[in-house]
Amino acid sequence: MTAVGGVTQPRGATRWLLRANTWLVYGFFYAPIVLLVVFSFSGNRNVGVWGGFTLDWYRDFASDGNVQGALRNSIQIAVASTVVSVVLGTAAALALERFTFRGRQVFDALLYLPIIIPDVTMAVMMLLFFAQAAELLGFSKGFGTITLSHIAFNISFVSVVVRARLAGMDDRLEEAARDLYATRWQAFRHVTLPLIMPGVAGGALLAFTLSLDDVVITQFVTGPGWTTLPVYVFGLIRKGVTPLINAVSVVMLLASMALVALSLATQRVRGGQDAIDARVGPDQGLP
Amino acid sequence: MTGTLPPVDVAPPEVEEDAAPATPEFEAASLRQERRRGLLMALPAYGYLVLFFALPLLIVVVYSFATRNRFGGTDLSGWNIDSYRRLGEPLVRDILFRSVALAVITTVICLVVAYPFAYYMATRSEAVRNLMLVFVMIPFWTNFLVRNFAWRVILGTDGPLSQVTEAVGIGETRLLFTQTAVVLGLVYGFLPFMVLPLYADIERIDGRLLEASRDLYATGAQSFRHVLLPLSMPGVIAGSILVFIPSLGAYVTPEILGGAKTTLLGGYIVTQFLTARNWPFGASLSFVLMAVMLTATIVYFRKGGRTL
Amino acid sequence: MTAAVEITGVSKRFGDVVAVDDIDLRIDDGEFFALLGPSGCGKTTTLRMIAGLDFPTTGSLKIFGHEVGTLPPNKRPVNTVFQNYALFPHMNVLDNVAFGLRMQGTDKATARSAATAAIGLVRLDGMERRRPAQLSGGQQQRVALARALVNEPKVLLLDEPLGALDLKLRQEMQGELKSLQRELGVSFVFVTHDQEEALTMSDRIAVMDEGRLLQIGTPEEIYERPVNRFVADFIGQTNLLEGTVEDGATVCLVNGARVAARSDLTAGTRIALSIRPERATIHHRDHGTGPDAGSAVDGEVVAVTYLGNALVHRVKLDWMEIEVREANDPDRPRFAVGDPVTVAWDPSAAALVADR
Repeated sequence: MTAVGGVTQPRGATRWLLRANTWLVYGFFYAPIVLLVVFSFSGNRNVGVWGGFTLDWYRDFASDGNVQGALRNSIQIAVASTVVSVVLGTAAALALERFTFRGRQVFDALLYLPIIIPDVTMAVMMLLFFAQAAELLGFSKGFGTITLSHIAFNISFVSVVVRARLAGMDDRLEEAARDLYATRWQAFRHVTLPLIMPGVAGGALLAFTLSLDDVVITQFVTGPGWTTLPVYVFGLIRKGVTPLINAVSVVMLLASMALVALSLATQRVRGGQDAIDARVGPDQGLP
Repeated sequence: MTGTLPPVDVAPPEVEEDAAPATPEFEAASLRQERRRGLLMALPAYGYLVLFFALPLLIVVVYSFATRNRFGGTDLSGWNIDSYRRLGEPLVRDILFRSVALAVITTVICLVVAYPFAYYMATRSEAVRNLMLVFVMIPFWTNFLVRNFAWRVILGTDGPLSQVTEAVGIGETRLLFTQTAVVLGLVYGFLPFMVLPLYADIERIDGRLLEASRDLYATGAQSFRHVLLPLSMPGVIAGSILVFIPSLGAYVTPEILGGAKTTLLGGYIVTQFLTARNWPFGASLSFVLMAVMLTATIVYFRKGGRTL
Repeated sequence: MTAAVEITGVSKRFGDVVAVDDIDLRIDDGEFFALLGPSGCGKTTTLRMIAGLDFPTTGSLKIFGHEVGTLPPNKRPVNTVFQNYALFPHMNVLDNVAFGLRMQGTDKATARSAATAAIGLVRLDGMERRRPAQLSGGQQQRVALARALVNEPKVLLLDEPLGALDLKLRQEMQGELKSLQRELGVSFVFVTHDQEEALTMSDRIAVMDEGRLLQIGTPEEIYERPVNRFVADFIGQTNLLEGTVEDGATVCLVNGARVAARSDLTAGTRIALSIRPERATIHHRDHGTGPDAGSAVDGEVVAVTYLGNALVHRVKLDWMEIEVREANDPDRPRFAVGDPVTVAWDPSAAALVADR
């Protein structure tokens, strides 16, 4: 099959416009990011005005106990929610792709909802749920409530990525393993698992990123001592913009970039595309 | 290929024990066992989502019919539909209308910008295509808060944009805290959601179809209108839903870039919980938001959409 | 002697669909056996049931006298060469081939040396470290073969083993498979939809359609004495002239012509006469040397196709068209479109087949 326009290239003005549009879009994507980085080195207290090169804001970042604490919280929550959601999400993906069972369709739909639900709605859901649960069981909000909420949306993202990988895998390979004297467990361990590993890794990176990014849901279910970095930064921005936020943002930006690089590296195969596909769900970081 | 295999230090496979001949009962039992295995595997995630997603969803619905008491708490009694009645109040109607309008504008802008972009991307060679894709992915994976904050920096008083416009003599721009700034931030935030499904669909189209239409006397515009656009329609719809839904529920972007006078649905819901303490009303607003999302998604799948 | 595979009264239903309908089949040790039929005829399901990848709904399935019908695939002494091979993409050739032995608990070193030998057997020496994706289709096919054979299965199952290869390679592999099977003396059971392949390679063929076993026999039996229309039509090309049995020596064709055909069917049975295009001869009608009218029909040439080594004539009879294929012999008369001709055959070359 010939790719679109591999042959039919528009000519003349259309072609010129298409090209201009493309460069403008990339400019639009990257100019803000570049400016943010540049101004994080600016000596002026007004964040949008250049005032000579300085590393002061990064020094502030390194010495600010609140920021450090929030960063630590974020990472702890992200790690915990990623581990749990990878296990549950992968099992769910396997169940949906390789088995039929009662309630399969309901499960499929339920698994889809957290991806498309606006996160304000999900935040409200979790707030009311934990309010009720706390009344019954008496616990305080914090690490537990945030992590449980993050798992609730991360399971879905992990399972989407892993499912895409499983769907692309020939299920005859598992049969071949069984035919070659492998037990069910051996077939899974030696054939299925290694083959879906890029998908599992991609799902894990996605879950980790989403957990690190989340502001709205976290803000609704956090408790004393458990402010995460995005929630802290969001609070700072609402109070008034300071160059410290620039520095923190650049650090968060670098973390995101590192995760992208990692995800591209772990799955140069199809998994990378799976992760993008999965991320085409509104829950990313969210407004 | 001739010859025989050398003897291996392992006995060739043997049937260890004779089995029973097949019966419909055995077949049914093995099928049941297979189902049980699947269910068992799904169960942890299934149970988790029922407990931590479906149940909370139900609680939101229940709360939306509850009564707010004088102390800002909620009495789970005296069920009524007052919260839904309030949707008709002028203030609330304005907010709903404004939110929908901004979400529609955002979606349209994204579509107009992303379609030619995705088309251009799909018509590149594979290497270029993949590179372009990576550069769409990077902002996509970048922290959403950071990306919104970047616009705060750019649009701020005396910020880079103002400096440029002043330098070229148009004068200072005062975009920050306006609806325009919110739309800008939303487009920036959600453009990749439009680009990716569009690209995925356009890339799949057989280029020879466009050639065929040109061969059959179509102009460039006609072959776009009658061939390219219909074939990429699923991507257009998927992308639009993916941009529209989060734009409608947007909270972070208006909070950072919008002004006090431009309250939108997302922010209004948050207010009901964190400041106004009117949980039933907040719950009903969330439910409306979710209903819009569900309707859009169901319509999309009914119309034959496969993935979002 | 115990049969390598003995299938008795086996049926397989998937929901309401009957994939395999009460078949009986006996495959001898050392036999090259083909399951032949169009897609959806149940041949692959039958193979999968022997392998253990599907369980029969009812019936008995024995391998060398042991009932295995309800055993999982890993407990059966058979191995499969899958359609499109199903090689493990994340393992190199050596580990692919050693996989079965490893799963049976053979230690790594022994498994690897046995695998190396098997790789040599299929003439892929030096390819041990390659990944399947780095091999050609033909090489992948050999790896799949080695991966199955290294386990010394009692029966080797092959699902459309040559389907993915191009014509030349396929013909080459047909010969190799056949000689490999003879060397090893193991029964090969292979599934194919390609009747020519089945005829070339097999000792015996089972023809299936719609889940039923229609006929089992040697290639010659199947070709020369098909039991019904379907088999006659599916194996090779044929002309089917419909008619009714008149008596033990005569058949009345639909146009009323009487032709000689021996049968022990009762008078009035509806049958079809299967005449292979290469078994019929064509003659100018006005020549006095016309053949015996007892096994001939008249018609008119409507098309002549030149094939180099042969000529195919399409002849229009009163009620149908038939084909006659003759070797390209310069001494034979030539025919042109429109020529009135007589098509004749040796009565022993015409097979009487059940009309349905």
